[in-house]
Amino acid sequence: MAEYRLKTPVSEEDVRKLKVGDIVYLDGIIITGRDQVHRRALELAAKGEKDKVPVDLEGMALYHCGPIVKKIDDEWKIFGFGPTTSARMESVEADFIREFKVRLIIGKGGMFEKTTQGMKEYGAAYLAYPGGTSAVATSAVKRVVDVHWLDLGTPEAMWVVEVENFGPTMVAIDSHGNNLYTDVLSKAKKVAEEIKAKF
Amino acid sequence: MPDLRESIKSGIVTMMREAAFNVPRDVKEALQRAYEIEDNPVAKANLEAILRNIEVSGKTKLPMCQDTGTPTFFIELGEDFPLKSELRPLIEEAVRIATGEIPLRPNAVDPWTYKNSGDNTGRYVPIIHLELVPGSEMKVIYLAKGGGSENTSKLYMLSPVLGLKGIKRAVIDAMVDAGPKPCPPIVVGVGVGGSADMALKLAKKATFRRLDEPNPDPKLAEIEQEMLEKINSLGLGPMGLGGKTYALGVKIEWAHKHPASLPVGINTQCWAFRRSEAVFDSNGNMKLLVPP
Ligand code: SF4
Repeated sequence: MAEYRLKTPVSEEDVRKLKVGDIVYLDGIIITGRDQVHRRALELAAKGEKDKVPVDLEGMALYHCGPIVKKIDDEWKIFGFGPTTSARMESVEADFIREFKVRLIIGKGGMFEKTTQGMKEYGAAYLAYPGGTSAVATSAVKRVVDVHWLDLGTPEAMWVVEVENFGPTMVAIDSHGNNLYTDVLSKAKKVAEEIKAKF
Repeated sequence: MPDLRESIKSGIVTMMREAAFNVPRDVKEALQRAYEIEDNPVAKANLEAILRNIEVSGKTKLPMCQDTGTPTFFIELGEDFPLKSELRPLIEEAVRIATGEIPLRPNAVDPWTYKNSGDNTGRYVPIIHLELVPGSEMKVIYLAKGGGSENTSKLYMLSPVLGLKGIKRAVIDAMVDAGPKPCPPIVVGVGVGGSADMALKLAKKATFRRLDEPNPDPKLAEIEQEMLEKINSLGLGPMGLGGKTYALGVKIEWAHKHPASLPVGINTQCWAFRRSEAVFDSNGNMKLLVPP
């Protein structure tokens, strides 16, 4: 187990170093994207209009998060910056990584086979942010740099946020085909069968 | 003398505010203990982040979790308490005020149109469970229940021949199914008997018993302890990423049941256990019991 402090954007080389169980803190820019950002960006990519995605995502960290925001004196402030459930993005994340070359996906609850394969193939990793720890995440926010696609509503919009020492996040899926969630769960299932047989 | 209605309304707002930035002391202590006994570095980092989050939220008044929950009230209303049918509109108003002031995320959505009411009120929301009791006081338990951990709650309508074995198996199945989803460590409420609806209600109610307070029935206390150990031996750990503590406690409530049924309700409650408890006297004076 190693501990890293990475600054975004990150290179493929940096990401390939990460192994499940490593702990990562992030500096730099994080971009939020949940259900609607994935849908819209992939629709543009399918039409050959990738250049209409307002941010260059290559090497970036995409955060599954719908922040609580408030505009104060013409400036956006973040009051809640915890992760949302990543499983909802499972069907599209591998495509998203392929199209936009994001290197880090941050969320909670984990992702599954398709994403794990995509991460291996294109060189990306999944960072688990401790579920519910919104206050800690919010205090790592330096400022809101920009926001795009606000027409999707504030939780679904694409927020470009500068963070400092954002974490701890744990590498739960690495770019070598390892998935800590499915490992832990399949062990638990085995133990559960043994326990249940003894009741 | 301040107006009774105003006192109750502002008391409810206070309860909601206290819960937004705090978890009850027993929950904090249990998380601290889980941290101390842990030797898996990922689990330890998760627990450390949770403990730090509780501290930061209390100090900065940033919401504990971005999901500020569904406002839920369990009320024991003394039959001589001076307010009765006016209580629901009063609580609704308190919820509206609290949502704007604290602020809370609006979480009441029409299930047909998906339109958000914007203020945490709507049809049957806030959720209020009311029970009439003797006396002139009103006891209120407020819970801000997050969606993630409510989603992994379960109802099993078991065949009565399965008995205790079946109940224990259902609890284990529910945990494996929940995995990382309810933001563990969790508190597990188990409601046995009654009816389908009653079992689930009892399961939620069961989670309100202090973690350091065993079941008053020694036989059930033993089952609670056994199930806690078995659940944690699954190795799911904090956030389902492995480790010693998946559950902080297992709490059982029960009711008599139909001979042909064995309902088992299971409620999963995330570590962000935003709960407050208070007693109002007949003048509307509130005494906050939880968080201390
Ligand atoms: S399950 Fe609890 S801690 Fe997790 S996101 Fe929902 S409310 Fe927050």
